[in-house]
Amino acid sequence: MSKIVNDIRTGFFLDSVALMRISRTVAGLDGVEEAALMMGTPTNKNIMRDAGLLADEGEAASGGDLVLGVRADNDAAANAALAHASVLLTAPKTNSDGSTQWQPRSLRAAISNNPEANLALISVPGDFAAAEARKAIRRGLHTMIFSDNVPVADERALKEEARDLGVLVMGPDCGTAVVGGTPLAFANVLKQGNIGIIGASGTGIQEVSCLVDRFGGGISHAIGVGGRDLSEEIGGITTQMAIEAFEEDPATQQVILISKPPSASVTARIMEQIAASKKKYTVCLIGAASMKMPANAHQVTTLQDAASQTVFGSIQTSGDNDKDIPILPEGRKDFMGLFCGGTLSAEAQLIFQEGGISVSSNAPVPGVSRPESTRDLGSIIDLGADEFTRGRPHPMIDPTVREDVLTDALRQPELGLILIDVIIGHGAHDDPADSIVKCLATLDGERPIVIGSVTGTEGDPQIRSSQVAKLEAAGVKVASSNAEASRLAVTCLQRNN
Amino acid sequence: MEKIEHANELALERMLGGDPILVDVVPASNAIPELAQNMILHAGPPIEWERMCGPMRGAITGIAVFEGWARDLEDAEKLAANGTFEFHPNHHFDAVGPMTGMTTLSQPMMVVENRAFGNRAYCAINEGLGKVMRFGGNDAEVLNRLRWLRDEFGPALGKALRHIGGLPLKDLTARGLTMGDEMHQRNVGCSSLLMRALAPAFAETSTDAATLPRALAFLGGNDQFFLNIAMAMGKAIMDPVRDIEGSSVVTAMSRNGTDFGIRVSGTGDEWYTAPVEMPEGLYFPGFTDDDANPDMGDSTIVETIGLGGFAMAAAPAVAGFVGAGAASDAALTTHAMAEITITENPEWTIPALDYKGVPTGIDIRRVVETGLVPTINTGIAHKKPGIGQVGAGVVKAPMACFEAALRGLADRLNVS
Repeated sequence: MSKIVNDIRTGFFLDSVALMRISRTVAGLDGVEEAALMMGTPTNKNIMRDAGLLADEGEAASGGDLVLGVRADNDAAANAALAHASVLLTAPKTNSDGSTQWQPRSLRAAISNNPEANLALISVPGDFAAAEARKAIRRGLHTMIFSDNVPVADERALKEEARDLGVLVMGPDCGTAVVGGTPLAFANVLKQGNIGIIGASGTGIQEVSCLVDRFGGGISHAIGVGGRDLSEEIGGITTQMAIEAFEEDPATQQVILISKPPSASVTARIMEQIAASKKKYTVCLIGAASMKMPANAHQVTTLQDAASQTVFGSIQTSGDNDKDIPILPEGRKDFMGLFCGGTLSAEAQLIFQEGGISVSSNAPVPGVSRPESTRDLGSIIDLGADEFTRGRPHPMIDPTVREDVLTDALRQPELGLILIDVIIGHGAHDDPADSIVKCLATLDGERPIVIGSVTGTEGDPQIRSSQVAKLEAAGVKVASSNAEASRLAVTCLQRNN
Repeated sequence: MEKIEHANELALERMLGGDPILVDVVPASNAIPELAQNMILHAGPPIEWERMCGPMRGAITGIAVFEGWARDLEDAEKLAANGTFEFHPNHHFDAVGPMTGMTTLSQPMMVVENRAFGNRAYCAINEGLGKVMRFGGNDAEVLNRLRWLRDEFGPALGKALRHIGGLPLKDLTARGLTMGDEMHQRNVGCSSLLMRALAPAFAETSTDAATLPRALAFLGGNDQFFLNIAMAMGKAIMDPVRDIEGSSVVTAMSRNGTDFGIRVSGTGDEWYTAPVEMPEGLYFPGFTDDDANPDMGDSTIVETIGLGGFAMAAAPAVAGFVGAGAASDAALTTHAMAEITITENPEWTIPALDYKGVPTGIDIRRVVETGLVPTINTGIAHKKPGIGQVGAGVVKAPMACFEAALRGLADRLNVS
């Protein structure tokens, strides 16, 4: 037999919606058929009566009274429900922590929330990136486009319009920039200083900037221009704007330019601009032949050399090349390079070529062939290339991409040497060294030599020295840079042949 | 792009330049000369009997009996089914109506005049809460009330309004916003202010000692009385914004319980429709969301002018209908609506947001771009006719309407 109980609170007002929420909770309690808390107006009493919730006390209530009505299976359930309702009514309100902030959904709202902003970072599917970038530049924002798969015609049009508007377009396919000390996308925590970087390569910028930092120098800004900026079709628009920007920047004394070799006409234009500059330039065109440099510029061939030329005024090699050259295990003559950084894999290939070691690659520099399969020995693989990142995260973010390939490679009986890069900093995985160590731990007995480098700084969340220590404890030979690691690998292979 | 921007500038100028005054109450036959026997105006975009929801059918049969076009509800249903009645949207005749929104010859219509542009808009008088025709109620009690509104209250209200020369509505609305109203779910502030403004006039123009107390009791007893006035105000403000070539501003949003329709300035009288969504809310005791009718009414004209769900930050309690229900969530809704509107209304501001103006001028481009649709505060009817309101909550406008409208506007502007 259902039991109806009422409780009346005189002179108690609560908004109807708040009362409805409490009603819903109470109606859901064990043994409760229906419940409502309403102010005792005639209309509300009608509603409660129709719902079978009104007893004599409720009928007698007036408009200023709060009526609690419960219909339940039995007395116990009904009274328990009323008691619970009382608790809910008088419960202290948990203070919402200054309310959740509205996250802007449009550029317009974001700008009105933050009128001082002068840079937008765009990471949307390539089909839409140009449109979003156009909105940003038209609002006077410098724009970094992380997205790739943007048509080259769109890049051209965007950069021309940006040039007219006086804003920089960094990208598309720009993975790294550091502006005013702020790391953007994949970038490292660097000391501030008077060295500027202009780079058409993300990991190239990362390697050079981290080495500058380690050598005691500091970075003013690192401008990513995107992989195609120095191509014939784009003609170096952003690069030229960056050179001009550094020209006007009193904080910048020296500039490092990093790129794969541009077309002849673009190179000529850039070098002309550099020649007219008052700043000192270090030019690193990865894989380029030696060129005539103006008086204020030096050409270097590796990323490490770019850093040491700029910081020390000369190229240095670390001493560790002659002693501790590892010896390949008996009967294992082959090698593999497994890289996350495209430019680092290119640099490695060039160093192997120079050293007379035959190499193939899925992202070949001129003169290098493609392997039959990415599991082929004698290849240097860029695991961040498109064929690996379709529908999968980049190996810098998700080390499992490399783990599968590395685990297989380690089991190849002819494999004597593996060359890797380890890139840390913002955007990268929390603990890339751990991934390598895990793979190595699955091996018993004889195994290939593993040589690598760690691109990063002490200021990075992962802490470079801590990553190096982990790797060395697992038997990895950690060189001081990607170039050093590649040279060490070459020497090792030369000596064993 | 520039053409659209200029067109929208003009649209906003007209919207914000409106001067709505509640001037009179007149029979619908006077207000809308096109009305005739067997002609019924309803809420929402055009719809046929076969696709009408329960409450809409309930209201139609009820109003047919009220007007004497049918003997009883059963007879009315037969006549409706055999095509005797002509159905049209209120919007096509300068009118709006909440929920089922019935407008017929003898209904007393409140008149709002937009003195800046000279146009007028009409809405019937709010019947009160509970079993009423706007929720599909159609029994004797409902019809008797309609008779009383037609014969006694309507004319009395009209006299009082004429006596004071009309009641300006913009300032009254601004005051209501500072009192916790958002003019869709919450109207008690404005309804009270209206009563204060009109009570002396009612008293002065009353010729019958019995009428006055009944009129004042009715006015004073209905927290939602102002809703219908806010709706007519919305229509009066938006009508001059129609037909601006190239404008992407929404001039009307409306539902008939089956379809949700929007109209856009640059596409004229075209309705862009999609199925209505179900409200999410809280229910009176004895009811659950199984009992709910889909979204219905012309009252979304209120959101169209930046009130209702758009001004939710002024009425934090209403946020309690959805999810965790923190009052602070109300501000988030207003911020979200700011993403899809062109500007803020400097005359209608929300104290809790440091006097930020209500988000005004829904831009269909922004709706599609951000993926944010207008948020609407609404009452929930029982899906069966004649039962009445079962709850209240929040509902979203369907994105499909805005996508279709954007394509329509692009066609008009010859943009692919």
